[in-house]
Formats: sequence, structure tokens, C-alpha cells
Amino acid sequence: MSAKERNWWIVAGVVIVLYALFPIAWIVSLSFKAPADIANGQFLPTVFTWANYSQILTGDAAALFLPALRNSFGICLIATFLACILSMFAAYAIARLDFKGKKLILSTALAVAIFPVISIVTPLFNLWRLIGLYDTWPGLIIPYLSLTLPLSIWTMSAFFREIPWEMEQAAQVDGATSWQAFRKVIVPLAAPGVFTTAILAFFLAWNDFVYGISLTSTSAARPVPAALGLFSGASQFEDPTGATAAAAVVVTIPVIILVLIFQRRIVSGLTNGAVKG
Amino acid sequence: MASVEMKNIVKKYGDGFPAVNDVSLDIADGEFMILVGPSGCGKSTLLRMVVGLEDITSGDMIIGGTRVNDKAPRERNLSMVFQNYALYPHLSVFENIAFPLRLAKTPEAEVQEKVRAAADVLELHEHLDRKPANLSGGQRQRVAMGRAIVRDADAFLFDEPLSNLDAKLRGQMRTEIARLQRRLGITTIYVTHDQTEAMTLGDRVCVLRRGVIQQVASPRELYEQPVNLFVAGFIGSPPMNFLPAKLRNGTLATPFGDITLDPKRGADIGDRDLVLVGIRPEAFDDASLVDEAKKPYGSTFRARVDVTEWLGDSQFAYIPYEAPEEVVEQLKELSRELDSEALRTQAVVSIDSTSRIRAGREAEFWLDARKVHVFDPATGENLTRDSDAGAELTRLAEEQRAEEIDEARASGLTVEG
Repeated sequence: MSAKERNWWIVAGVVIVLYALFPIAWIVSLSFKAPADIANGQFLPTVFTWANYSQILTGDAAALFLPALRNSFGICLIATFLACILSMFAAYAIARLDFKGKKLILSTALAVAIFPVISIVTPLFNLWRLIGLYDTWPGLIIPYLSLTLPLSIWTMSAFFREIPWEMEQAAQVDGATSWQAFRKVIVPLAAPGVFTTAILAFFLAWNDFVYGISLTSTSAARPVPAALGLFSGASQFEDPTGATAAAAVVVTIPVIILVLIFQRRIVSGLTNGAVKG
Repeated sequence: MASVEMKNIVKKYGDGFPAVNDVSLDIADGEFMILVGPSGCGKSTLLRMVVGLEDITSGDMIIGGTRVNDKAPRERNLSMVFQNYALYPHLSVFENIAFPLRLAKTPEAEVQEKVRAAADVLELHEHLDRKPANLSGGQRQRVAMGRAIVRDADAFLFDEPLSNLDAKLRGQMRTEIARLQRRLGITTIYVTHDQTEAMTLGDRVCVLRRGVIQQVASPRELYEQPVNLFVAGFIGSPPMNFLPAKLRNGTLATPFGDITLDPKRGADIGDRDLVLVGIRPEAFDDASLVDEAKKPYGSTFRARVDVTEWLGDSQFAYIPYEAPEEVVEQLKELSRELDSEALRTQAVVSIDSTSRIRAGREAEFWLDARKVHVFDPATGENLTRDSDAGAELTRLAEEQRAEEIDEARASGLTVEG
């Protein structure tokens, strides 16, 4: 690559990064602004203030925000965990076994994934109220599974297909039952795929707003994105912009941490050396 | 340790195509059996049926006296080395080798001891803590073998274990496998398409063609008394030359002059208008360098040499010849089946490396009539095969093997199970 070409790539890269990160920088800056500063049109706050953060963490918005944070974590982690376990088995079957209806499962999963959430939320609302799942954790975990499972099944079956068949056959010849071969050979090999899938699934659930706002009514199960929408200003003529921005920053942090932690685990090429080199 | 018996084994795939057809094969305890054939002959399928990774359509697979058709691979107590080694990349070399023992819930002390013993045999000591990804091809191959020998399996199965190594390493590993098998004295089934491996490793070699056994015999018998055109063409490198000939009163009229068969061998065949004469390259020589005493056993002819290849210890000359259309077609078909491509009808002739025969010149050659085989071009059957002589060769090979194993066991090198 010539020097000139490289420079162009750098310039383009910087432009793209700026474009992508600018809104986030704006949110961060907003979260540090005092209420009077918010509409002044400047990027940097005139005075840095932690007021917005103290408001959501210890102030009058804390009663709304903190339980929501707890709910979001709990619900999303459980939904992700369940999705990973279920899709691991499903993906293994899809990648390895020959059975009737394999295509049907995959296309159903795809259909579920592209089905608009908004169209099922109303019937779900009624159904949940009838059977007592409204405003409970399971009441959100189940619809979240419908979001996360299709994606997990698709990505994981792609990962499973990458694992050489011989690995498993070798394990079977070495004396493993199918379950042992799966647990001791396939799962460790699929770990990067499982982690990738887990992160994607977690984000999907974490970012959901429609289910969160429609299927909950109290802090018993309300997740953060829904709680954010319910913040109120100091008076009814004031927008809670600062508090919302601070909350948005707080909920972004776990996502960033998650990616940083698992980035190391998502190393492709773990199967290097398994087969001939 | 156990014997392996196959009785009328058939493998049919969904489309009804028999990949393995009516194979019956007895492999004695401690024997090294090679399954060989061109690609698609069913040799790997047969091996995978022995180990249980492939269902058996019909027939009986008997290992150590027990019918194992319906047993899962893990119940058959066999160990297998895969073509691509199938090492577990997330485990260290030590844990890779220990894997079968761990599954069998072997006590830790015993695991340590057995893995160390296997590592000793394969010289893997300094690599035990490394991951397979950091090993060279030959080392990975040895780890795969370590995993196979660490437990007391009834038999070893190898599925083209050396085909991913470069030529030099392949030679080394081949001798290593031969030594190991003799040392452990364990029944071994070895699949390969490489005939050097087949000839050097096997006590007996089973040649397969399109899922059907052609001949099961010691390497020497296969080489000297092949049962048909296919075996004759498959075994030996460079391959046997096939010349069209007319047979009259025990004399073959070939493009390279007349060859008189010895009356004992020629008598049964009778007169035929077209036969194929199979002559190995080393049955020829530069006529000027042949011992006078030997000359009467063969015939001399003059021919123009196309190309010569001097290899230091040997020399090959290529002699083109004319053949009738139908024979050319058949030879092409045969070579296609043997995974090679015969572009022209030519004989490959091995001559002494000191010979001064040059390409493009006419030269005088001698060929040994005692080593000539005559094949029926329609059925491929070897008309001059001496089955008694062949059986004798195989019997000698078996005797030799028994001796070697006894010796190995007596000298205490065998790993006791």
C-alpha cells in the first residue's frame, strides 16, 4: 500500500469513527450539563456538574432508575443464558444431525426474527394479563427469548458447522458417549461462538423498548429503556434531558465493559491445530 | 488384542450404490493388514465400519469373537488415527493423549504413568504441555498415535495417517509405525492409497476395487503373482507394462518381438488372438549388460527409446509402441481407474544405471520371460498365475511375522496391557 493510499484510509477511518461516536459524545456531554446549559447549542458544558448522575442514582429519579437497572440486568442475563443453552442444542442438532424439518426450523427462526415486534405486543399484553405474567420477570424473559433465540440459533449453527466432524468421531472412538463428546469436545471448541452469540443476544434484550414499556407497569419488572421514557423533569414544563442522558450513559457502560471482556474470548482460530496444518 | 473378522460385509448408501460389496476378510490377532485401492474403492468406508462410525448394511463384523454390528464405537475398544489427526485443540498434548483414559475414569497416578510411557515411545516428552496448534505436522501425527496407543485397545485403525505429511517425514513415520506395531504386537488395520506404505508395512495387503476385494495376500505375492490386471497394474511403481500380444503354441507375438513362455505356464492357456502381456519394468534390461548365462531365459529385441530418466541408482527408459485400438481403450480405462492418466502407449523399462542407452536412439533390450504374466483382456484374469507359488510367498511372510512378534515379546519391549 502506498503512503498516499494509507493516508486516505486513515482520513476515511477518522471520519467514520467521528460520525459513529459523535452522538455518544454528545450524550456524555449532555449528561454533564446543568439544566440551563442543555439547550445552549454548545458541545461542551459551561460548568461540569454531576447533578444529573446524583439525581438518577441517589436523587428523586433513583426510585425509578435503580430498580429498572436491576430488572434489566436480571432479565437480560437470564434471557441470554436461556437463549444460549437452548440454541446450543438446537444449533448442534441442525449442524450435525440429519432430520426432517431442519429447513423448517431454520426458516421459522428467521420468520420469527423478522416478525415486527409491535404487531404482537398488544395480543401479548392481553394474554399476559389473563395468565398473570404481566409485569413480572418471566413476562419479559419469554418475549425476549423470541428476539434472541432466532439470532442465536443462526449464528451458533454456523459456528458448529465449522467444527470438524472428526473431532467428535475421535472422541467417540476414544470411548466418549455422545453427551460426553458434546460436553468435552464440542462445547469447548464452540466457546468463542457461544460468547459471540451471548453478547449479541444480550444486546438485543438490553436494547428492547417496546416489550419493556408495554408489558410492565411498576418497578417490579420495568427495564431501563422503559424507565428512561418515564423520567420527568423538575416541573412539567421542563424536559428531563440531563437525567435521561446520564441514565443513557450509565446503561451504555455495561455494554462496553461486556464487549471489552469478551473481545478476548471471541478469538477466531481456536480450532487451529485440530486438524492438519 | 483381538482378531477381526468380516463376513459378507455390504455397505449401501441411500441411493442403493454399494460402496462396499460382499467383503469377507479375516485379520489374525497381531496382524498388520493394509486396505489399499484407488480413491473411491471403499477402503475408508470399510475401516469406518470396523470402528463403528458407519452403519453396516448387511454382514457380520466380529471383533475378538464378538459380533459388534450393533455396538457403539466406544463399546468396541478400538483406537483410531484419523487422516487429519482430529486432535483436541483446547487440550494440551498431555491431556490429548490422556483423553481416553480420563473418559474411562482411570486413577490419576495411572494416567500419569501411561501417558509418560506413551510419550516415551513417541518421544513427545518436551511437548507434553504444549497445545496442538503449536506443533509441527509430524509432532501432531505422533500425538494422534499417542492417543491411540495409550489405552489397551483391541486393535489400531489408521485412516491414511501419513497423507498430510511431506515426503521425507512420511518415510520416517512409516518406519516408526512399522516399529511400533511390531513392538506392541497389536492387530492393525491401515488404510492407504500409497502403495509404498502398503508394500512396506503390511503383513498382508487387501486390494479393493469399487468395493470388492480383488486379492488378499502378502506384498510379495501381490507383486509376483497378481490375480488380475487391476492388481498387477496397481501394485508396483513404475507400474507394470501391458503389451498386446497374440499367443500361438506358447509363444507370444508382442510389439517387442516374440516371447516364449515356459511350457509349464503356457500350456494351459491355449492359442488366443489377443492377450495382454504384463511385464514389470525390472524384467527388462540393456541387452549388452545382461549376463550370458541369463540370456537364454528371455528374449532380446531392438527398439527406439523415447526418453531416459537417470536417477543415480537406477535408470528408466520409455519405449513407445503401437497397439490395436481396443487395447488402447482398455488400457486407458484401467489407468483412469488407477488414478493415473496414460497419455500414450509406452513401456517403462528399468535398465542398469551404468547403461549408455540414449534417448532417440535404437537400442537392444533383453526381457526376462520367466517374469512375464499373461492376462485375458476381457476379464482381466491372470492366466499364468501360479497360486501355489503365491501361497508359499504369503506363508513365508506369515512365518516371518510370527517370528518377529515372538522376538519382540521375548525381548520385553511389548507394552503389557
